[in-house]
Amino acid sequence: MRQLTVGRVVTYAVLIVAALAVIFPVYYVIAGSVMSPGQISSYPPDLFPHGLFTGNYEGASSSGTPIGRQYLNSILQTSIITVAQLVTSVLAAYAFVFMKMWGRTVLFGLFLGTLMVPWESIVLPNYLTITGWSIGGERLTASYAGTMLALVLPFLANAFGVFLLRQSFLQFPTELRDAATIDGCGHWRFMRRILIPLNKPALMAVGLYVFLAAWNQFFWPLLIGDSASRRTLQIGISQLNDAEAADPGLILAGVTLSILPTLAIVIFGQRFIVRGLTAGAIR
Amino acid sequence: MTTKSMVARPGRRPTPASLASWLLLLPCVVIFALFIVWPLGKSVSLSLHGSDLFGRPDAFVGLQHYRDMLGSSEFRHILWVTFAFVLLTVIPGVLGGLAIVLLLEQHIKGIRIFRTAFALPFAFSVASASVIFATIYNPAIGLANGILGKFGVDRIGWLTDPSWALVSVAITTVWMSIGYNVLVLSAGIGAIPTEINEAATLDGAGGWRAARYITVPMLGPQLFFLVVISTIQSLQGFGQIKILTPEGGPEQSTKTLVYSIYHTAFANNASDFGAASAQAIVLLVILLACTAIQFGVLERRVHYK
Repeated sequence: MRQLTVGRVVTYAVLIVAALAVIFPVYYVIAGSVMSPGQISSYPPDLFPHGLFTGNYEGASSSGTPIGRQYLNSILQTSIITVAQLVTSVLAAYAFVFMKMWGRTVLFGLFLGTLMVPWESIVLPNYLTITGWSIGGERLTASYAGTMLALVLPFLANAFGVFLLRQSFLQFPTELRDAATIDGCGHWRFMRRILIPLNKPALMAVGLYVFLAAWNQFFWPLLIGDSASRRTLQIGISQLNDAEAADPGLILAGVTLSILPTLAIVIFGQRFIVRGLTAGAIR
Repeated sequence: MTTKSMVARPGRRPTPASLASWLLLLPCVVIFALFIVWPLGKSVSLSLHGSDLFGRPDAFVGLQHYRDMLGSSEFRHILWVTFAFVLLTVIPGVLGGLAIVLLLEQHIKGIRIFRTAFALPFAFSVASASVIFATIYNPAIGLANGILGKFGVDRIGWLTDPSWALVSVAITTVWMSIGYNVLVLSAGIGAIPTEINEAATLDGAGGWRAARYITVPMLGPQLFFLVVISTIQSLQGFGQIKILTPEGGPEQSTKTLVYSIYHTAFANNASDFGAASAQAIVLLVILLACTAIQFGVLERRVHYK
């Protein structure tokens, strides 16, 4: 056991203060969400809730902003994007690793190149394109399904997923591949029965990374969802904040609800997201 | 698919295998072409045209938008705010992350609890983090003033005072990014061969001396990576600016380039997609330059190993 020197005490003290500063907003959002309106607006502020006040949650679900509906919108939007990107990435990464084709390297380079284009610099033409599309004379975003389609369409594929899965597939033992080929295992069967099950950690990493990124979206959903019931949760909670006479307890209840899925991912899926998040940082 | 097609060699004529691989690549190719490559050209074209009331391109105006932009003091202000925002987020974010990681490296107990604590901000989307900080910054009932008040500090107009607004948005941004910085640097430390530290310990260089002369220099690539990535992310910051300071801040003090693109195209029925696209191209060029620097320097570094 190490001795508790002055230096170590200082180290612990600084770390604890830093950790508390980082956790504080997390604590505040949860504690504040169960404070009564009187308590949360008291000055000087009160840091500990007196009992459990549930009125904010009831308020958040029955306020002018249909939080429940927006929650569903976000879950749906995020799930579609995640599943679609996993599928498109697996297919593309498979082609890049296991199939011979003309211009493979050049095409992979072009794929990677798409990662360098920031969404903010192409968001305007995409907005014009998608809002300009119509189905049977009706504007694409005029219906609920159309709005959902507009929300997810540009994000059904992403070169980052292709890149990560390609890295993972490249490490796949060639002997296994050859054995499967000799046993008459075709591409499709090999992919579904052998490659995908054996690359689950990489797929989880991509899936969780895509989920977090899609759940986090703000700019595009802000432009596309043009009525309250078609907006995503992120836009919904930001509008709780904009509302005149904003009720802090209600806002914090809305935010608490909005972080539940991602909080679960961060706490339970840490080892997977670390792999997705730090890809590129570690050589 | 037959076994034969799997071993087919690429030839002049498309083989079944090459057709199949194109089929697998098709979904990605279509999405990238439609929503990244084509819009890229369209952005350039929009920036050379005027816009009608609905933002659709009308008359060709050549480089007029670029000339207007470069000649206006407002655009210089926007670039300055963008630059200041990068400095205010990247430096505290990376140095803060480094400080935390070095502290964690001093054989701390409960390192996992600390790591989880620093990872928690990941769970917050830009929108939810911004909304919480908006509540904390609230001038009347917010905790920021409440806590400072206990120490006798006068109320601060976090989001309403032009000299504070950008700092307040930057604090929120640093909070959101610190977990990632800790994560990347921790992984970097994990990759340092243990023999190096053992040798240092034998030579009598423990604790902070080892950190100063071994760990920090060995973290060079990760620190550089974080600076570039944080710069790129900071340049793209939008949600926190829009939510915390919906009008681009008091006296336009938080009007960054991305906010300005949004504002020029969508605020008050301005619908000036032409001018906004010219700004979008400037953003693209700045970000590509950052990426090029990253690749250039990182690639060169590899030879040192």
